[in-house]
Amino acid sequence: MNTGLFITLLLFLSFLAPFTRRYLRGAAGWIYAILPLTGFIYYLGLLPAINDGMVILESYRWIDVYGINFSFYIDGFSILFSLIVLGIGTFILIYAGKYMQTYPMQGRFMAYLILFMASMQGVVVSGNLITMFVFWELTSISSYMLIGYYHEKPEARMAALQALLITGFGGLALLGGFILLGIPYGTYELSAILANPDLIKQSPLYLPALILILIGAFTKSAQFPFHFWLPGAMAAPSPVSAFLHSATMVKAGVFLLARLSPVMGGTELWHVLLTLFGGFTMVAGAWLSITQTDLKRILAYTTVSALGTLVLLIGTGTQYAMNAAIIFLLVHALYKGTLFLMAGNIEKVSGTRDINMLGGLYKSMPVAAIIMTLALVSMAGIPPMLGFIGKELIYESAVFAPTAKYLILIAAFFTNTVLVFLSLRLSLDVFWGDRPQYGKRPYEPYFALLVGPFLLMLGGLLLGLFPKILAEPLTASAITSISPGHDAVGLKLWHGINTALLLSIMTLIAGIMAYKYKVAFIAYSGGVNVRYFAREFAKGFASGMDAFLLYTKNQTKRIQHGYHRYYLMTVFAVASVLVWVMIWRTDPIVLELNFADMPLNLVAVLVLIVAAALSAVVSHSRVIALIAMGVIGFGITIIFIAYSGVDLAITMVMVEVLMVILAVAVLYHLPKYQKYSETGDRMRDGLVAALVGSFMMVLVLQAGTSQLGVPISDFFKETSYTEAFGRNIVNVILVDYRALDTLGEITVIAIAALGIFSMIKLTKKVKS
Amino acid sequence: MLLLLAVVIGVLYGSAVYLLLRRNIFKLILGLIFLGHATNLLLFVASGLTSGYPAFIRFITGESESMADPLPQALILTAIVIGLGVTAFALVLVYRFYSVTKTVDLDELSENE
Repeated sequence: MNTGLFITLLLFLSFLAPFTRRYLRGAAGWIYAILPLTGFIYYLGLLPAINDGMVILESYRWIDVYGINFSFYIDGFSILFSLIVLGIGTFILIYAGKYMQTYPMQGRFMAYLILFMASMQGVVVSGNLITMFVFWELTSISSYMLIGYYHEKPEARMAALQALLITGFGGLALLGGFILLGIPYGTYELSAILANPDLIKQSPLYLPALILILIGAFTKSAQFPFHFWLPGAMAAPSPVSAFLHSATMVKAGVFLLARLSPVMGGTELWHVLLTLFGGFTMVAGAWLSITQTDLKRILAYTTVSALGTLVLLIGTGTQYAMNAAIIFLLVHALYKGTLFLMAGNIEKVSGTRDINMLGGLYKSMPVAAIIMTLALVSMAGIPPMLGFIGKELIYESAVFAPTAKYLILIAAFFTNTVLVFLSLRLSLDVFWGDRPQYGKRPYEPYFALLVGPFLLMLGGLLLGLFPKILAEPLTASAITSISPGHDAVGLKLWHGINTALLLSIMTLIAGIMAYKYKVAFIAYSGGVNVRYFAREFAKGFASGMDAFLLYTKNQTKRIQHGYHRYYLMTVFAVASVLVWVMIWRTDPIVLELNFADMPLNLVAVLVLIVAAALSAVVSHSRVIALIAMGVIGFGITIIFIAYSGVDLAITMVMVEVLMVILAVAVLYHLPKYQKYSETGDRMRDGLVAALVGSFMMVLVLQAGTSQLGVPISDFFKETSYTEAFGRNIVNVILVDYRALDTLGEITVIAIAALGIFSMIKLTKKVKS
Repeated sequence: MLLLLAVVIGVLYGSAVYLLLRRNIFKLILGLIFLGHATNLLLFVASGLTSGYPAFIRFITGESESMADPLPQALILTAIVIGLGVTAFALVLVYRFYSVTKTVDLDELSENE
């Protein structure tokens, strides 16, 4: 197997899901899960070789000219992400198969979920920036479908659109950034870019490329001020929140930053921007989660906070920070996946997600309670879970941060305190304490709904218990691939008594204190929110969108006004200004005035044509317009005769006669001219007309005095008689060399005749 | 002569544009006809002016050099015929337009949508 084949198979499975779901019934989730599980095992099997320093490159030709290929680049970092995507994905499919069983259109839901899995897997193994962009956008699209799955609910549609617009906007910025990044390298291949990481930093394109890529990453990873789409995305069913909006898709931005940190990172600007946005998002996410009461929204805001932490760590960029980033990434995926799935379970068995309505569930669902509590232990950063190691590393990297050390320490301390507080709240307030009246009798969730959360939680536990044997091999090569030159720090549960440990203990105490006085704490936080964050970002975004729609509606009304003559006028005016500018900038035409080649009779004809044209324009009489039309037609016929266009003249005479007769016949039925326009309008139209007429005149002079190439007519002159046996070359061209054109012309005339016939026929029918 | 012909073509284009900008639909068609004429003439003039030598094969050697260029003429001939088709169709359309809407004012058409 290889990566290209695997992603193709996933896409194929996504295509099959809607058709096969109904035959597979309850087993659908289990059967679909086989494929991601296979992928998980495949990538796990590659891990030893990757840890020895191997990098797998795979490439399929796509658009050679632009250096765009379907390339895959697999190193330790891609493997770690693939394992997260496919490992969690496997459980999500099993879970969703059961969870969504009673919902309609489950096949479609599965199809979107697998489509998302394929695109996310594509993002993390992409070896070409453009390939990555394509998969990146595919994750946005499948996320849109999944958030809006309950499409009959307006708020779900709204949230889906909001997420799509924000991540789509970021995606476009990202494409621009990728193209700029590719310019100095002359390729979009990741391997070539990673091999020469300093090239872009010396280029003037660094700044715009960095800003555009950061916009892409920040929108996707819900960094402040784009964070609000993520809580909104909680309108999606729980499996989606667990998969896309905690463990995988929102990590895509973090993935990108980490992947490109050897290339784009290391500069002052990178450091400042990432630390600033990441740090602020971390604190803001934690702060906003305090007052939430919906289980999923609490988790969503802590996810925002975790994403901020990851960005902050990547921005810090030290050895400890990079280690912390990778470990925390894994920790967070494991516990947050579990927590979201459990939130779904709780809603399913108790009928509510509101934490104030919950309590005492331990008696009804002890297994679920233990699983969730252990995951929360990891979130709180308490040993022996892997979360503890993650948190210790974050503190270590804050202690050793090159700049703003104390600020980062305080921010991290605050965030972790809130996490401890929320862990206590989510565990104690949900499973213990008073048991309120539930709408239905809570029960232990089914096996399929527990196996995923259990195994994810178990992963966090085992990795925490055996960091040397399990966690290190999994993460070591990931760390070296995103921060070359840095080795992985040895992982252990017990670091000895140091600053980080002391901070951990203080965090724990602070968190417990906050929980003890939770009513006051929540009230205080809510008060500050009301005072300073009264206007929600999501609402601001919505009203911004409304204003934008109104603006475009007015703009469209202004541009698409429906008056054909103003459309025409715009075209003419723009064209004549452009052409006149060009004429102005080219050399003037030199003309020799030779009165000898101006035969008087011909000059008289020309004067007649001009007079006829002008009188057709100014006349108020339809008859004069008709006469002018005839005069012009026959005048042109005479010009054709004078300059050797015999066939043209013959045709023209016949056509002109027909045309005048037709015009008379039609005009007979039409009313007399009326005055429709004011003098001002006429002046304006006259000006446009004069501009067009005059530039056409100059163009005729240009064309008549320049010969750009050898005429191809010599061929016709030589072969007309010898090969086509005709002496009239014009006729020979029409009926022989260009016979097909003439056939087309005849067809046009036939169609016009048919149209005319049916229009006249139709009239008679209506009358009778 | 080129200069004079250029003036004529310019005037034809100018009047065509002016007529196209009118509200009366018949004037619009008239503008279309003028535009066709102007373009045919433009092609004809731009390909060079030759008097007295139509593009016929005669059996006198050396004459083919000064003969008029047949290719633009073939193109214009096609254009004239197609122009006839378009104009005829447009004229009948105007007739139908008036018999249905009882107006020749294009602005009224867009207001009545």
